[in-house]
Amino acid sequence: MAIDCLILGAGQEIGKSCVVVTINGKKIMFDCGMHMGCDDHNRYPDFSLLSKTGDFDKELSCIIITHFHMDHVGALPYFTEVCGYNGPIYMSYPTKALSPLMLEDYRRVMVDRRGEEELFTTTHIANCMKKVIALDLKQTIQVDQDLQIRGYYAGHVIGAVMVYAKVGDAAIVYTGDYNMTTDRHLGAAKIERLQLDLLISESTYATTIRGSKYPREREFLQAVHKCVAGGGKALIPSFALGRAQELCMLLDDYWERMNIKVPIYFSSGLTIQANMYYKMLISWTSQNVKEKHATHNPFDFKNVKDFDRSLIHAPGPCVLFATPGMLCAGFSLEVFKHWAPSPLNLVALPGYSVAGTVGHKLMSGKPTTVDLYNGTKVDVRCKIHQVAFSPHTDAKGIMDLTKFLSPKNVVLVHGEKPSMMSLKDKITSELNIPCFVPANGETVSFTSTTFIKATASDTFLKSCSSPNFKFSNSTQLHVTDQRTADGVLVVEKNKKSKIVHQDEVSEVLNEKNHEVSLAYCCPVKGKGESEDVDLIKELSEKITETVSGTQIHESGNCLQVGSFKGTLCLKDKCVHRSEISSSEGVFLCCNWSVADLELGWKIINVIKQNL
Amino acid sequence: MKLTCLSKGDGFQYPPCHILNLCGFRILIDCPLDLLAITIFSPVPCDVEASEYSSLDAQNPVQKKQKLEREMTPADLVCAEPWYKTVKALHLWEVSLIDVVLISNPMGVLGLPFLTQNPGFCAKIYMTEATAKIGQLMMEDLVSMHMEFRGFYGPEDSSFPGWMKNLDREEVPALLKKVVFGESGDDLGSWMRLYSLDDIKSCMKKVQAVNYAEEVCYNGTLVMKALSSGLDIGACNWLINGPHGSLSYVSDSIFVSHHAKSFDFHGLKGNDVMIYSDFSCLQSTELTENGCNSPDTATNSSEKKDENLAASLLDTEESLEELEKLAFVCSCAAESADAGGSTLITITQIGIVLQLLELMSNSLESSSLKVPIFVISSVAEELLAYTNTIPEWLCKQRQEKLISGEPSFGHLKFIKDKKIHLFPAIHSPNLITSWQEPCIVFAPHSSLRLGPSVQLLQRWRGDPKSLLVLEDGLSSGLGLLPFRPIAMKILQCSFLSGIRLQKLPTLLSVLQPKRVLVPDVVNQRINLTEIKTNSILKYSENKTLRVPRITANPDVEIMAELASKLSWRKLRQRENFGIARLKGELLMKDGKYRLVSGLEQEESSGKARPLRHWGSVAPETLVDALLKMGITGSVEHSTGEDGSEDNRIIHVTNPSSGLIETSEMGTTIITDDENIASQIFQAIDGILDGI
Repeated sequence: MAIDCLILGAGQEIGKSCVVVTINGKKIMFDCGMHMGCDDHNRYPDFSLLSKTGDFDKELSCIIITHFHMDHVGALPYFTEVCGYNGPIYMSYPTKALSPLMLEDYRRVMVDRRGEEELFTTTHIANCMKKVIALDLKQTIQVDQDLQIRGYYAGHVIGAVMVYAKVGDAAIVYTGDYNMTTDRHLGAAKIERLQLDLLISESTYATTIRGSKYPREREFLQAVHKCVAGGGKALIPSFALGRAQELCMLLDDYWERMNIKVPIYFSSGLTIQANMYYKMLISWTSQNVKEKHATHNPFDFKNVKDFDRSLIHAPGPCVLFATPGMLCAGFSLEVFKHWAPSPLNLVALPGYSVAGTVGHKLMSGKPTTVDLYNGTKVDVRCKIHQVAFSPHTDAKGIMDLTKFLSPKNVVLVHGEKPSMMSLKDKITSELNIPCFVPANGETVSFTSTTFIKATASDTFLKSCSSPNFKFSNSTQLHVTDQRTADGVLVVEKNKKSKIVHQDEVSEVLNEKNHEVSLAYCCPVKGKGESEDVDLIKELSEKITETVSGTQIHESGNCLQVGSFKGTLCLKDKCVHRSEISSSEGVFLCCNWSVADLELGWKIINVIKQNL
Repeated sequence: MKLTCLSKGDGFQYPPCHILNLCGFRILIDCPLDLLAITIFSPVPCDVEASEYSSLDAQNPVQKKQKLEREMTPADLVCAEPWYKTVKALHLWEVSLIDVVLISNPMGVLGLPFLTQNPGFCAKIYMTEATAKIGQLMMEDLVSMHMEFRGFYGPEDSSFPGWMKNLDREEVPALLKKVVFGESGDDLGSWMRLYSLDDIKSCMKKVQAVNYAEEVCYNGTLVMKALSSGLDIGACNWLINGPHGSLSYVSDSIFVSHHAKSFDFHGLKGNDVMIYSDFSCLQSTELTENGCNSPDTATNSSEKKDENLAASLLDTEESLEELEKLAFVCSCAAESADAGGSTLITITQIGIVLQLLELMSNSLESSSLKVPIFVISSVAEELLAYTNTIPEWLCKQRQEKLISGEPSFGHLKFIKDKKIHLFPAIHSPNLITSWQEPCIVFAPHSSLRLGPSVQLLQRWRGDPKSLLVLEDGLSSGLGLLPFRPIAMKILQCSFLSGIRLQKLPTLLSVLQPKRVLVPDVVNQRINLTEIKTNSILKYSENKTLRVPRITANPDVEIMAELASKLSWRKLRQRENFGIARLKGELLMKDGKYRLVSGLEQEESSGKARPLRHWGSVAPETLVDALLKMGITGSVEHSTGEDGSEDNRIIHVTNPSSGLIETSEMGTTIITDDENIASQIFQAIDGILDGI
């Protein structure tokens, strides 16, 4: 049984996440994203690797989207509506609710503002979302007879899940993006111990190790406060969902505490609408937020107002959250054009900026001018502050999760090659787990767990559950329970295998038992020396001395150790007596089964020595 | 497996209660309260008119005693701090021996603090997250409403319920006695004093809330999963998988709901045992005369047919009927408002309340009527806010609403627009300022003994223009007694709260359980004999039903690593067989047996000598075999001592002496020479099949 892991996107890069895993013949696509930094055909995963004929319905069992970011869901409408995939698509409730917003926003930005040709239409998005089946956290869904999927809380953005998929005995987890620490509004990723053949993990921050986030929060607040106190305008380009809410909660709180009256604006109705969603999806936020929610919904921001285009040139300080993030296009870029030349102003860039965007240019070095996409140049004199909040886990988090899950193999995706390589070495050396960093288009194959199935008989199960106490009596009494399941596996052609107890084998085979035993009538003492009962006692003491760890049962003129049975022989002539020693005297007629072969001889030897 | 039905319950508010014995674990299913029973208590404050009524009656004490079946008066009701009636039979079970508690809907939680406050209680409690939340709110509401009695009667000094003392007197009406003492007269022990907020808190701490269709595993053995039953938000049916097969517990269910997530068929299909615990049909007088109009599922139940059957369960007729009922309630309320009367609605079912709120506000908005809607309950605000945050437990249409950015239930907007007013209590400071009559009021409690409904009813009962909307079954009993004479219009509604009896055969043919456990009282009403595919067992209240196992032998998964180490033995006579000795550690994980390499793995297990043999030994063959090993022996024929058995003896002479005794039953090697003995054994082992 095997697992094949084909990387269609986010292999040794960040963007267009798309991994197709074949588990025991079932193909599952995890995420279907687009690359925000590419304008050409590289924007989408190369679906042709999946099927030459384009019959994706036959190839794929299902698609699972982990969260609503464009690099995880961006290519979905293209894949379903243009490429024609019609099979089931799973995502969490928040992802299902928020993905169309993100897709529509992105489409509008691309088409309306950048004047690109339309890749998918609003109808495409709507039709695509109709095919989506929503899932709840930990809900176990049987996609078909063999394929079982389950989502775990990933913490990265609202509704983000890590996905567990199981076919037969083989199981994998695809993490999507995740965060191992709680933030202002979301909890940390949470998963249970699972038996996994493969873990596919993101590795955005494969080498970064972050300390506490409080100094970073303070730094951000101080930067913004300083800017508005100096009469400047602070621009925070961010996507509508996620960072915007977290930073806004932070600012709103700070404004309350410091009694600041400077307005905080949200650029588009989208973010206002997004806040509305957050209010309803409260069960997906952190425990802290959930508890507060009964009295006050933390997404009811007190100081936040809607932004109007005319306010760009209005005098006086303000804080503006503008979409999209990374300053890749649209309104945030337009505002940036106007505000960047003033040294009073501030641009705070939260999160990661993909290579090729203006955001990325601002973060890498201190440019004085920046080329915009349409060729115009902008002087950058404003302050640039990088908000080092990331909803991604750091290297420690990746290691912790890997160690916790202890999968048989690890595949890293969604990261930058050099740091992924060093993380790979770390996982291989420290955790001793084989780790792979495949590039786009590559396939990694693994063998997977299989169990052999058999039915078990009641006698066997009962024998397994009865304790097998061993007493050892060295200095102190030690009692151990060495319980081992001891049975016989019976396999018949074209039938299900059976596990039975050894006593049942012949019955199953329709045969008669044939017991093989040993017997010997052993001389014990000379003629008529002592009483019989004393003799048995005497013998049993001797046996206990030499043969350790045995339990001897005495009764009358018998003694029994395991299957070994000795009886004082009253016959004059016993067939079990050897010819030579058949003289007068006391004999112990012994009989034992092959199972206790060695034990029997040991006892015989003790008796012989005693003679 | 054993099932004991502790109580068949009584309607939506009092779900049934069972103890299930499965794989050695005791599982309690639901722990409800009989809230209808508190109608024996007199509401506070006692109305003046009511006391007049009773004093009038008291003038004729002679008549009172003589006439046994006289009409009851409000004075007959118990004037004391109410106690609450729990499931009687549950008290007969040792609490510490319960391993698991499964709750199937919010009404099934209400009695749980009585159980968890017992120091011996150590069971694991599972319920859906929505049930936990709603159940907790309902309990808190109950406690807060009960506070009024505490305030009125003062603290009770002894733990002995003084109110019980005089109830066995002759003049006490039979109806009252029946509620207090039960049919068989031994219900007294089931009355309990209400728990406190702390009790609720510590009870809820012990609960493990599960998500929709989340699999939880108890003790590695039982894997449990909650699937929506459609009855109410958060209400579920349970699926339990164990090593001995699968079991489903079907509680009161609704196939198509307009608020909660509809009945989930898929997970319940093809189980080994199905416990049908929907007693709701007992509430209606409906009888299925011609029994089984069972769809014919004789031979080829194709996939399509299966779908058709399921579709017939999901027909919308039933749910349309429910919508009509709701619309009727709304129109009645509007009518009274038009005439200047107020409406009091005391319904418990949250789904119904939410739908009514939505419908009423919509219909009021479209009409010219300016009537305010009040919701008076200590938990109303939290409850209404909560219901808009659980898409996974709502029906499709409401899920769609949330996904397109609208609240799932329409009340949010109306609250904002001040069309719906929420107040925690009738004495809330702002209530009086916004109060305006006529109005429409939603207020608990449906028993008409607790909460704001009591005061409002006392206020409006003389007004023939006003309307009281009640749950079914209340007016026939003691419910309205303290408020008589009553001039208000009364609308008694019975909403669907379970599976219609005539749909049971279809349900069974869709789910195809191998065995069905049906309550005998339900079985009496419907003829299920024609359903061929299932075997039907009947259970009755307070009797234990033993259900024999269906799957003969449980499955074991053997680790491939262990299996690869097995050494196989071929059998002489049977080529189709292979046998191998298996040694390892037997584990139980996720309800499945698993055999893994044990701690002391015997590497030499293949080389170990066989311990069990079968077949027979022909002495001549054995002699030949021995000869090859350099042992000489000769066969002696003799009959056994009793003469019946054919014993054959081989005398071994060289290299040392010995005897081999062989018969059909077995072979005995007789010698004092260890080496010879093992050699002879090897020779025998070569002739026989063994393991």
